[in-house]
Amino acid sequence: MVATYETKTDYKVVGKTPIRHDALEKVTGRAVYGGDVKAPGLIWGDVVRSPHSHARIKSIDTSDALKLEGVFAVLTHDDFPIAEERELESGEDVVNLKRDQANVMADDKVHYKGHVVAAVAAVDRNTAEEAASRIKVEYDVLQNVSDVDSAMSDDAPIILENLVGDHLGEDVPNTNIAKIFRYEFGNLDDAFNNSDLVVERTVTMSMIHQGYIEPHNATAIWAEDGQITVWSSTQGSFGVRSQTAGMVGVAESKVKVNYVEIGGGFGGKTKVYLAPIAALLSKKSGGRPVKLVMDRTSVFEATGPAPGGKIRMKIGVNKDGKITAADTDIMFESGGYPGSAVGAAANCIFACYDLPASRITGYDILVNKPKSAAYRAPGSPQASFAIEQVVDEICEKMGFDKLQFRIDNAAHEGTRRGDGVRFMRIGLEECLEAVKESEHWKSPLGEAPPGKTRGRGLASAYWMNGGGKSTCDLMLQDDGTVTMNEGSADIGGTRTSIAMQAAEVLGIPVEDFHPSIPDTDSIGWTGTTGGSRTTYTTGLAAYNAAHKLVDELKERVANLWETEVAKVSFQDGVFTSNGETIGIQELAGKLDPTGGPATSTASVNLADAGNAYGVHICDLEVDLATGKTDVVRYTAVQDVGKAVHPQYAEGQVQGGAVQGIGWALNEEYFITDDGSMANKSFLDYRMPTSLDMPMIETIMVEVPNPLHPYGVRGVGEVPISPPLSAAAQAVGQATGKRYFDLPVKPGRILEATNGG
Amino acid sequence: MAHVFLPYVLRKYAGGVETVDMPADTLGELIEKLEDNYPGMKRHLIVDDALKPGLAAIVGHTATRRGLLQKLTPDVEVHFIKAISGG
Repeated sequence: MVATYETKTDYKVVGKTPIRHDALEKVTGRAVYGGDVKAPGLIWGDVVRSPHSHARIKSIDTSDALKLEGVFAVLTHDDFPIAEERELESGEDVVNLKRDQANVMADDKVHYKGHVVAAVAAVDRNTAEEAASRIKVEYDVLQNVSDVDSAMSDDAPIILENLVGDHLGEDVPNTNIAKIFRYEFGNLDDAFNNSDLVVERTVTMSMIHQGYIEPHNATAIWAEDGQITVWSSTQGSFGVRSQTAGMVGVAESKVKVNYVEIGGGFGGKTKVYLAPIAALLSKKSGGRPVKLVMDRTSVFEATGPAPGGKIRMKIGVNKDGKITAADTDIMFESGGYPGSAVGAAANCIFACYDLPASRITGYDILVNKPKSAAYRAPGSPQASFAIEQVVDEICEKMGFDKLQFRIDNAAHEGTRRGDGVRFMRIGLEECLEAVKESEHWKSPLGEAPPGKTRGRGLASAYWMNGGGKSTCDLMLQDDGTVTMNEGSADIGGTRTSIAMQAAEVLGIPVEDFHPSIPDTDSIGWTGTTGGSRTTYTTGLAAYNAAHKLVDELKERVANLWETEVAKVSFQDGVFTSNGETIGIQELAGKLDPTGGPATSTASVNLADAGNAYGVHICDLEVDLATGKTDVVRYTAVQDVGKAVHPQYAEGQVQGGAVQGIGWALNEEYFITDDGSMANKSFLDYRMPTSLDMPMIETIMVEVPNPLHPYGVRGVGEVPISPPLSAAAQAVGQATGKRYFDLPVKPGRILEATNGG
Repeated sequence: MAHVFLPYVLRKYAGGVETVDMPADTLGELIEKLEDNYPGMKRHLIVDDALKPGLAAIVGHTATRRGLLQKLTPDVEVHFIKAISGG
């Protein structure tokens, strides 16, 4: 069964705020990112992208490109081996190799604008670009499928013609609905019939991009011996290895992925787009290293955004303030291929409430837009928006206090989630109580300046958090420092938060750790940095490796002192036996006679990470003349289990909140009728900047996770979810209207308040 | 006796009930017994002698990493839900 722990409370390292190990390299510009990779004989790749959102490829003529001096190779889907029609567990994600290969390079059809149809490799970037422009592609343009409603209509063009949909367990051909699934318990009909009020609404939302600053990139060498070496900006080197190997038709052991720093991912760098192309171009170019880097337009048009779609939400309540039942249909745009975050949305959507009856129906729907990907708590933000908007309306109509209503109906240990699973120890009630006691909640909203009005919103959200496989290696150096290798891409300071957990065990200052993230040949299989799993899972591998190292060192001490291992004890970095003591760092220099270097390694494969809850308060002002919104005060409350490095945890909460605020108020894929994205640059895709935001106040609640010795829970994802409804509610209160469509942008506010 | 929370799509094989109780020592044995008692269920749960990709088996409160070998304690709850992916 699953190991549980009695949480430690007296810490010497955990809970402190040391400077991150990668700080100097990053602030001085020495850190190596994918775009910095150089190799002898490096050549450049470029791709040809479809100008149409839905079209059949009639022909591809590469002859003019090949005639250009300096061109080494061209690539189309015909150059890819036939990928198996199988699903691959890749980190926390499931990859359908054949479809993901077709997403990397279109086979007979393009499924969205920007879909890659061919690639070239040439002596330099300009030549590659010129060669790509010489490739002629003839298309038979098909009708664009723009949204979930048009995709589900009877006369909708079928996007993926060999798709057999799974509709509640039945095989259904000729459909754009890849999957319909349901979770249900309790008697909904009776519950709704016996409710004092039932509110039913439908909310809509557009696709949203993660907006990481660093674009996707990959460099690959396919050597003469068949060994492939890859550098790529990714949240998971092992995911790149397995996906690349599967798509180019080699064994995983033939691919080595080198770790490079990552300039943001937020879930969007869990898929591969360029590495298989770079590898095959290298093979066709005689083993030369080939490098590809996307531009911003390509990142927006052709890499996975969070799914848009719509959610129908129906909730019943009684006069005593208790929810009687809830029923929802979640319809997500998966993009050009199946596989949206609708499953995770279903796990999350009712997870903040203790429900006696529940039904959740999920729909995974193809549309002619880029294949969706994970984005920070994938599915949870949309789910939170849907339920919290309806809960807010219920509170207003029934005269319930919106905070007390959430407390009275809060999920707790033993509550069934919407999918039926019972919770272990969770911290939602503690978060809600922290809101109640917060300075922000106790403070009046304050008066807005002339021409503006103010409103306040309150919303909660949930994310499961992930576990999975991770590995950590430790070596005690002669000088008492520790070399630590671990397999998780560091996207939020996890080198340090992982090292701190080993340091706590060993009693060695974390500043004396040298953490590294080696290539996939040099560390055990480690899952993708995603699902808020890394500090928990890889941290636990480090914790276990540290205990193994202590056990090894006890044997060395026993050897040195000519005593029995059982008589050697260890506490706070000091070994003791028969009145003799030696510190671990002093011992480090005396190990050679006892067997040489002291090393340890530990791998884990963990179940769920202990759930995360966040509750946010948003105060904002609306300019009634322009519809412009300004967040004036914001507080994020979150159960973090145990904050290993409180500054990093706080930074995750603040960053997530800001991304959620952008989702709520401004961000959207603005798609024209022909399936083109109109706002495909950072000038037009309006993400919030530091100038738009007040300080995000954070209150970290620590309800220990029983699955971790320090009580650690994942932190990074759930803070993006509550802002969608918290901000929308605030706009609603400020303007006296309710908003069910995201984003709540100035135009929508003006439409609601002035009739446009 | 494992207390199995049937996924919605499997309930039709068991007369529409939400839960069934089934004696089994492992998850694999449980699925075989479900199939014996309610033919048709297995294909929704197993492919190539392993849990279907994208499916998570929850034993107690947490997703098992031992697949069909997962031991079942008496009176444990078992759920089959969609596996999550994170960002």
